[in-house]
Amino acid sequence: MLNLRLYMAQRITALIMAPLTLGHIAVMIYAVQGGLSTGEILGRTQGSIFWFAFYGTFVLAVSVHAAIGLRVIIHETFGMRGAALTTLSWSIGLVLFAMGGRAVMAVTGGGV
Amino acid sequence: MDGQSQTMDVSVWRGGEDGDYQTYQVPAYESQTILDVVSWIQQYEDPTLTYRFACRVGMCGSCAMMVNGEPRWTCRTHVRKVLTDGAIKVGPLRNLPVIKDLAADMDPFFDKWVAAGGVHTPSASRNEPIAPVDPDGDDRVTASAGIECINCSVCYAACDTVAGNDDYLGPAALQRAWTLYNDTKHDNRAGILDAVSGTGGCHNCHSMGSCTFYCPNELDPMAAIAGLKRETARSFFRNRKG
Repeated sequence: MLNLRLYMAQRITALIMAPLTLGHIAVMIYAVQGGLSTGEILGRTQGSIFWFAFYGTFVLAVSVHAAIGLRVIIHETFGMRGAALTTLSWSIGLVLFAMGGRAVMAVTGGGV
Repeated sequence: MDGQSQTMDVSVWRGGEDGDYQTYQVPAYESQTILDVVSWIQQYEDPTLTYRFACRVGMCGSCAMMVNGEPRWTCRTHVRKVLTDGAIKVGPLRNLPVIKDLAADMDPFFDKWVAAGGVHTPSASRNEPIAPVDPDGDDRVTASAGIECINCSVCYAACDTVAGNDDYLGPAALQRAWTLYNDTKHDNRAGILDAVSGTGGCHNCHSMGSCTFYCPNELDPMAAIAGLKRETARSFFRNRKG
């Protein structure tokens, strides 16, 4: 259930996620070791275009990557195919994007 | 295993898709193959047992069956290698429809072989001079790595991706495609990349390696599929630029 386009989308998003994951882990270690409070972390991330782009790209890549991966598993496990499989794949991707996007906006948004 | 003093329990699939295993007592001999066992049952127990074989020496690829749940070429599989607690289970090849008993319908296997671009398209006619091929050239060495495939379908039966995905072309067809792709005398290399890039193409392979593990000729279809993935990925970027 993977054609070349889906395969490339999954591999390219994996390439994007690899450095972002390392960056995310590095930031977490830095934040914990420095003893930053939640307020201090949010103070640095909210309103930051850099962190918006960093985690926004991450969420976009995860949504595409995971949706394609689950599409394969669902097809091979349950035999789903055609329009139903495409609709479900898109739904998974959009739900992941919406959930991740909400988190990104909360952390890097204007600061409510 | 001296003479006919010992017997073994051999369970053999009988019937079509809805069939069942039937057990026979078969005398054990020295240097006995699974094909010998199946032939003995047909000759001495039940002449209606259906199975395929031709050369009996591992050349023709006709006699592959599931032996104790694993795909094997039965003419080159010794009983002593697979006998478990005095018993053997022989069934039709996995991932293919059953026609009757041990004969699987090979049509899907060969249809996919053609669908993957496996038919040779000559780059010159018989009236033109023969173009020399360097046997040590990179392309030829890569192509030669897969030419000993006997189309026994052992890899196809071993493949868990085929089991989960009917559309998947499978290891043998994709290896054939990779062989032709590297054949300088093949005139439709781009056609092969198109053929293996569709819904059931090479990108569905999970690189689990059962094909390479079970191939009786010790070929490496998984590496061939990896080669197709590499070349199609390159063509993806080339096409975008062009």
